[in-house]
Amino acid sequence: MAQTTLLITILGMALVTYLPRLLPAWFLRARSLPPFLAAWLRYIPAAILSALLLPTLLVENGQLNLSGQNLYLWAALPSALVAWKRKSLFLTVLTGMAVVALIRLLAPGS
Amino acid sequence: MNLRDQLASFKNFLSPLAPALPVVMGYLPIGFAYGVLAAAAGMDVFTATLMSLIVFAGSSQLMAVGLISQGLNPWAIIIATFIINLRHLLMSASLSPFLQKWKNREVMAFCAELTDETFGVHSLRFERGELNTSHALGINLICHLAWIAGSLAGVLAGGRIADVRPLGLDYALPAMFIALLILQIRGKTYAGVALAAGGLSMLFWIAGQTQWNVILAAVICAAIAAGVETWRKRPC
Repeated sequence: MAQTTLLITILGMALVTYLPRLLPAWFLRARSLPPFLAAWLRYIPAAILSALLLPTLLVENGQLNLSGQNLYLWAALPSALVAWKRKSLFLTVLTGMAVVALIRLLAPGS
Repeated sequence: MNLRDQLASFKNFLSPLAPALPVVMGYLPIGFAYGVLAAAAGMDVFTATLMSLIVFAGSSQLMAVGLISQGLNPWAIIIATFIINLRHLLMSASLSPFLQKWKNREVMAFCAELTDETFGVHSLRFERGELNTSHALGINLICHLAWIAGSLAGVLAGGRIADVRPLGLDYALPAMFIALLILQIRGKTYAGVALAAGGLSMLFWIAGQTQWNVILAAVICAAIAAGVETWRKRPC
């Protein structure tokens, strides 16, 4: 791809990424919202985080992996436990990484 | 300024570091992976870093370098980016009640660096009443710098790819999402919404909606919960 075309592509990507990030905050922040919309926005974080997370754990290389060989799924158990008990992002991340690294060390190829 | 004031202001300066750290640990290796792929797609240091600077959206950047290496036309890449990143509409809307007292330029800067990960961190902090504007902007800046640094290192490393898998670094972001999600669960309704949205997202994915699964599942499940809540609280 020519350098100019590439630059235009990147500028276009930046614009179509920025507007959905900005416009709702820009127009909604000064308003008092009707109860349904306010409740809907309160439930959005839990809904969207879960909707993002589950495919990350269950899809491997574009394929659904529900087998006992799914490393990401196994590592989710101790990570979730630490998150629940300690309420710490940092400890959860360390636990998850350590479990994944350890399993790969003990069972190469997983 | 006496020593105590200096220490206090230094502590204040450092305070966005701790909440940003889990994101940084995830962004460095993924940014690196993006940089390596960008170099493989024929992008130079300038264009590859520019994309991390002004787009700053991991999944769409990884998708874009794939399409650029195939020589696809710019419109296809821009439209695909738009669709992948539309989910930020929901995140921006969901944080909007907390931004009421912010200045316009602060909102503009904040939203430019609103990613899945920074959204997760902010939504948690805002709910807890931690509303300091400069801390929020500081967290975003640190995360963005980590993303740019990772990308830059990846392009420069080019073909000499270091494998991050033995360190488990590829699990940093999934683990962070697990923690962010669990910390969001403030009652049975939230747990129900999360379970339903996760399940529905998977169902849409299996049905082939691999671009829309997240948005559709989140919109539908949050709307059902909000509908039930509003109906229960209706004046009789």
